Amino acid sequence: MPEPALLRIEGLTADYGAVRALSGVSMAFEKGRVHAVLGANGAGKTTLLRAIGGLHPVAAGRVLLRGDDVTRMPVEQRVRHGIAHVPEGGGIIVELTVAENIRLGALWRRRSERPAALAAAFDLFPPLAERRARPAATLSGGERQMLAIGRALAARPEVLLLDEPSLGLAPRVTRQIMLLLRRLCDSADMAVVLVEQNARGALAVSDRGSVLAQGEVVAAAAPGELLADDRMRHAYLGF
Amino acid sequence: MDRFVDLTLNGAANGAVYAALALSLVIIYQATRVVNFAQPALALIAVYIAYSVSGLTGRYWLGFAAALLAGLLMGALTERLLIRSVHDRSPLSAVIVTLGLLLVLQGAAGMIWTNEPHSFPYPMDFRGRFSASDAFALVSVGTAAALVFALYRFTPLGLRMRAAAHRPEAARVAGVRVGLMLTTGWALASAIGALAAMLAVPPFVSPNVLDAVFVYGITAAVVGGLDNPFGALAGGVLVGLGLSYVSGYAGPELAPLACLAILVAVLSARPAGLFAAPSARKV
Repeated sequence: MPEPALLRIEGLTADYGAVRALSGVSMAFEKGRVHAVLGANGAGKTTLLRAIGGLHPVAAGRVLLRGDDVTRMPVEQRVRHGIAHVPEGGGIIVELTVAENIRLGALWRRRSERPAALAAAFDLFPPLAERRARPAATLSGGERQMLAIGRALAARPEVLLLDEPSLGLAPRVTRQIMLLLRRLCDSADMAVVLVEQNARGALAVSDRGSVLAQGEVVAAAAPGELLADDRMRHAYLGF
Repeated sequence: MDRFVDLTLNGAANGAVYAALALSLVIIYQATRVVNFAQPALALIAVYIAYSVSGLTGRYWLGFAAALLAGLLMGALTERLLIRSVHDRSPLSAVIVTLGLLLVLQGAAGMIWTNEPHSFPYPMDFRGRFSASDAFALVSVGTAAALVFALYRFTPLGLRMRAAAHRPEAARVAGVRVGLMLTTGWALASAIGALAAMLAVPPFVSPNVLDAVFVYGITAAVVGGLDNPFGALAGGVLVGLGLSYVSGYAGPELAPLACLAILVAVLSARPAGLFAAPSARKV
């Protein structure tokens, strides 16, 4: 018997202005699994993630967390229910210091647990520990992505939503981030939803991949199958 | 020389009042990009409430506490009931709402408490070169500013408020209830505005009593940089001293002109204000 999915979306439909960005998308995300969501620019990947996180209004369909309907729940409350979102560009607050950004992520946790959350983030990302008192604006692109992930993990989420963590990063840094996600997913027992333009890098660490095109799911399979399908690769994954 | 010392002390005490008003404007501007033109009217109502409470109970300090509390509540209600409904539109909409509120509240104050000036006492001795009430103005504004700084810098609430002010969406993603933080900011700012008014109003309260003070307060905020609380405080003291020297050496009728001169001089040299933070790189 497979465990029921931690997070499930059913028939999710959302509009971006006058354009339908998602139509009837259904997916399931399980604990301990990295699920890559791929597709070309404008395929609806970011809208999908923002709808799951609560930043984008849903026109129809449902978001279910552990079977509970959270479709209408405000963003900040979803965070408390275990959904952490790293939006495109990281969503860090560049005016605050590195430590303050992480503390912000841990704020709704019990007071006694906050110092440990901060220490855990610095353990995971030693470069951040060195720059803890500096404004986040002074960080490099890779460090910002680390900070964004550290901030999200400080809330100790069950679901981690990541929007293009490789954007603007050097290939070597991208690979490090991807491997880190794999490790985190295995050790913290989270469900990771990884939206990526960089399909090859994302599939290398994923358990499953879904391909979006014009707001609809055109394929959902194990990474190996997606990579083996030449037509799919050329048409949607761009390599 | 004696005269210079007198004018300096007097200017510093007045400057404290302008600084407090400027601080109340900056707290709101930082969080919502709105210049709250209703601030003098909110503060005016707070002073009238203090006037009524003190009159009924015979205790000045009960009225003082009532003014701060009234400021707190009115600030929160203004944000929640009026500003939030236009929040998604351009900041100009909110500014127009605050201008409307200014007119309504000033009118209402005249209807409730009449347009006649009522005598409103100083809390303590106000005679002499550096009176007890001058000292009280400096100390109370200094304390309020220190408390605001500590709140923003050292408490989880302050961290949430800064996050909400700088990047609302990123703050929400981190679990911050941004709306609640904005309401809190307006409440805090409006309480500080009430404090400034309590210091500025004596010896008489009437519906237009704060008009000139507000002009100096907003000048202080703009001179210091609308984005910077420390700038607001420094701007307040600068405007207070400048106006005091001009009134003392050249005549009080020149004070409004001097205020304009300070504004023009500072803005020509530094358009964003003396202490404006360098704008952060957007990601």
